[in-house]
Amino acid sequence: MSAHIPAPSRSLAASPPEASPPAAVAGRSAPVRASRKPPGMWATVAALLRKELLVELRTLESVPGMSLFAVTTFVVFHFALNQNTVSGDEAAGILWVTLLFAAMLGVNRLFVADQDQGGFDAFLLAPVDRSAMLLAKALALLAYLAVLELIAVPAFGLLLLAPPLGQTLPDLLVVLVLADMGIAAIGTLVAALAVQTRARDLLGPLLALPLLVPVVIGAARASSPLLVLAHPAGVGGVPIRWLATLALYDLVFGLIAYAVFDFLLED
Amino acid sequence: MAEIEGEPVLQLEGLARHYGEREALSDVSLSLHAGQTLVVFGPNGAGKTTLLRILATLLRPHAGGVRVLGSSLPDEAWAVRGRVGLLGHEPLLYRELTARENLLFHARLHGVGEERVEELLAAVALSNRADEPLKTLSRGMVQRVAVARATLHDPELLLLDEPWANLDPAARELVEPLIGAGGEGERRTRVISSHDPSGGLREADLVLGLRDGRAALLRGAGDVDRGEIEELYR
Amino acid sequence: MSPTNGRGLRTLSIATIAAIPIALALVFFYAPIEAEEGFLQKIFYLHVPLAIVTLCGFVLGGLMAIMHLRTRDRRWDLRSYVAIHMSLIFGVGTLITGSIWARGSWGHWWVWSEPTLVSFLIIMLLYATYQPLRFAIEDPERQARYASVFAIVAGAFVPMNFLAVRLSSSYLHPRVLGSSSNLPPKMAFTFLVSLAAMALLFATLCSYELTAKRTRMLLKARSRILGFQ
Repeated sequence: MSAHIPAPSRSLAASPPEASPPAAVAGRSAPVRASRKPPGMWATVAALLRKELLVELRTLESVPGMSLFAVTTFVVFHFALNQNTVSGDEAAGILWVTLLFAAMLGVNRLFVADQDQGGFDAFLLAPVDRSAMLLAKALALLAYLAVLELIAVPAFGLLLLAPPLGQTLPDLLVVLVLADMGIAAIGTLVAALAVQTRARDLLGPLLALPLLVPVVIGAARASSPLLVLAHPAGVGGVPIRWLATLALYDLVFGLIAYAVFDFLLED
Repeated sequence: MAEIEGEPVLQLEGLARHYGEREALSDVSLSLHAGQTLVVFGPNGAGKTTLLRILATLLRPHAGGVRVLGSSLPDEAWAVRGRVGLLGHEPLLYRELTARENLLFHARLHGVGEERVEELLAAVALSNRADEPLKTLSRGMVQRVAVARATLHDPELLLLDEPWANLDPAARELVEPLIGAGGEGERRTRVISSHDPSGGLREADLVLGLRDGRAALLRGAGDVDRGEIEELYR
Repeated sequence: MSPTNGRGLRTLSIATIAAIPIALALVFFYAPIEAEEGFLQKIFYLHVPLAIVTLCGFVLGGLMAIMHLRTRDRRWDLRSYVAIHMSLIFGVGTLITGSIWARGSWGHWWVWSEPTLVSFLIIMLLYATYQPLRFAIEDPERQARYASVFAIVAGAFVPMNFLAVRLSSSYLHPRVLGSSSNLPPKMAFTFLVSLAAMALLFATLCSYELTAKRTRMLLKARSRILGFQ
């Protein structure tokens, strides 16, 4: 049953001059309509990222918690292992497990503000490419991880690591970057999946941890030779196969995340 | 010149959407032309919000034809986004950010200039509190910012879900130029969901009464009286 | 996969019921007893086909999920769900038989040195979240969509995980999946028949489950129309 009523006829009477501000604003404002230009992908990502970082700076919900967790975990490890220093495989293991679990805290928080405060809707109403949200969130998570590591790695060097970090830092940095990219890609995807479910805090890590096992393998094996006492000076340091594994993982899951992310947002 | 050539702003035919086994909306058909206001009445759960969200492209129609501003949903939803404005139950604003930051964020997402943000802050009389986090503002003020957000990009179709819910009479007057019907020659096309029979009727050109997702009532506003609308809620 | 009229089902069932005894006969009477491990080695004919079928099932689940997202036809989601569900069950079987084999060969119920087993554990831990994920989402349409996303990511994860674990395993046990190419002909033949039987079993069980689910849905829909609800 469809009703049709004629539209009100528009008189040719001149519309009142746009003297008072409210009228000017509420008026058709041909300038606004004509001049609004949907932002391109990078402009959208930039706008989103800016908002992300602004909210994080205001609430400090993720980064301080993640960093504190990491440092506390190192202390716990000291008591749990009953050791003053670690090196080699052990050191790599402790470092990466801690970083991974700290990352999970950040992953859990990633979409919560959007979910609770209607941020998804606001974004979905905009004439923008939806993958921009994936990129922006992954970049934000990457930023949080970077700050986390800036605090956690020196703390690790101070509290638990036997050999000095200095020389191997550049190589370690490469490993950190590659691993972080994998964590960011999977973390963002899993966060988006989990946030709309009932047991979101539990499901996030349960999904992410198995998926990140290859990252742990690659990162730990790659870092292990960098964290040894008898470190031969100037050696290439890291066997290429681990860096290649990490890079392959980042590529594959980065692409997959990009391909499926839209389906998580729409309704 | 008399209007009406060209397509209606809204053209719905047999629109349906289900939620699991329940029909949230079923067989809704209507047309709405430019400059007209459709007011949707109905008890909670009748499908008013679902209808608005479909028109906003936030939900996909599961059956039936939906054409908004000349594009069919869901396939051409991208052409519609950015041309509709939604004012829902949630303000869609971040509580930790200020009014200005929130509006700037939306402006960037819609490709609208920053001056427009200032314009609207002035229009809702919040320029002097634009730099305080939203969580420190009253509900009425947040609603005003939400109105600003919804009209920032000067949408061709306004979708308002109980827009006057948190506004006192003074605030209502304030936002009238933004979401009201508009003056002669400048009439806005709106879809409003309302719980207020007399107030809603006043605004309407076309009335839709929903019950359990079905159109129990669909008539020009002139042909409907209060009593019929109140019937819907029984 | 199979229509509700059950025609394809009968063929599959018959084929499976025929194949299993044949495979068993081959395993016990035809295949030679392996020199090193003795009789216990025969569990290889159960464990490895279970493993292969499980993994293929997971990957298939991912492919069906892709079809679901592309066509938005919920039947693909149903197929994907059944495939993954069945693979989970077969996967548990893989882990159990693997554990028995490990106990028999190396004296421990669990060994980290067998990369296949280790990869399996990780994959099972991942897919174990599939059903909790589904049940944590109420909206059926969204549930199907999210489950498909998961199935695709997890399906891509399967090969990736194998690669990573293989690489990290410092000593590859001689008796590994790839060794099927080095099998003497009698063993190879037995293996292939076992694999075929296992695949048939998987397909049949999936078809049964699909048919049962579809019938139940049809019944519900009809009873609703007739007003029984």
